[in-house]
Amino acid sequence: MIPLAHFMLISAALFCIGLYAVLSKRNAIMILIGIEFMLNAAILNFVAFGKYDKLHMGGQLFALFAIVLAAAAVAVSLAIILNVYTYYKNIDPTVIDQLRD
Amino acid sequence: MNIEQIVFYFFAASVLLSAFMVVFIKNMVRSIFLFFVTLFSMAGLFVFALADFIAVTQLIVYVGGMLVLMIFAFLLSSKTILNKSEVKESNLLGLHHIPGLFIALLFFLILFITIYQANPDQLSWVNNSENVIQVNDNTIHFIGVNLMTRYLIPFEIISVLLMMALIGASHLARREKKI
Repeated sequence: MIPLAHFMLISAALFCIGLYAVLSKRNAIMILIGIEFMLNAAILNFVAFGKYDKLHMGGQLFALFAIVLAAAAVAVSLAIILNVYTYYKNIDPTVIDQLRD
Repeated sequence: MNIEQIVFYFFAASVLLSAFMVVFIKNMVRSIFLFFVTLFSMAGLFVFALADFIAVTQLIVYVGGMLVLMIFAFLLSSKTILNKSEVKESNLLGLHHIPGLFIALLFFLILFITIYQANPDQLSWVNNSENVIQVNDNTIHFIGVNLMTRYLIPFEIISVLLMMALIGASHLARREKKI
């Protein structure tokens, strides 16, 4: 029997690693990986608490929905990254600082 | 310390270690492949929360779909990074990393104190709850019944949203003369 606090600690650590990647990376794909870490940390919390909800399965089903949302987000954002690369020849988000042509 | 705890903490250590290495390794191809290891071990942790269906979905969606997509995007977009990968090796922890590191550490401190004070193992609905998932339960049965009754509207909305996102992504990634 694993205590619930350990699940929460692991997901907190993973969330903070993702936060660091989002804040300090100079590459759009690494920022995307950081966002995926944060989403995975949230999913771990959902699943860990969903163990105590056998009748309605709220935690596990919302973890499922979150995985689908993450997949959709990654597909769209990778398409945007490819477009940005064809336009700027660079995917460093500190360089790309204008929306107009 | 029984075998369950040993395997759980092994997976936990593998998640955290590979996540650290993803963030701190300079070589981007290696860090994307280490991201693979993190997601795999995460699926292992899901199994220990008795969510085997979520673990399999994680393996199929993340490892099977998303990671291949990410490697493709990396190979298509980062020719300049691949070329000058040796130049950046020298400064392991540059000055611009420090604010992010600071904020992440402070946020972890906040979360740690919150978890310590919330003390989730002593909550009443966790301790004397009747409907805890047992190890020998068939969770896929419960998931299927709930997906078709209680969570039908979120299920439909998410399927339409996924279709919209995939059509939009393929439209965005299409090669055109004028974007």
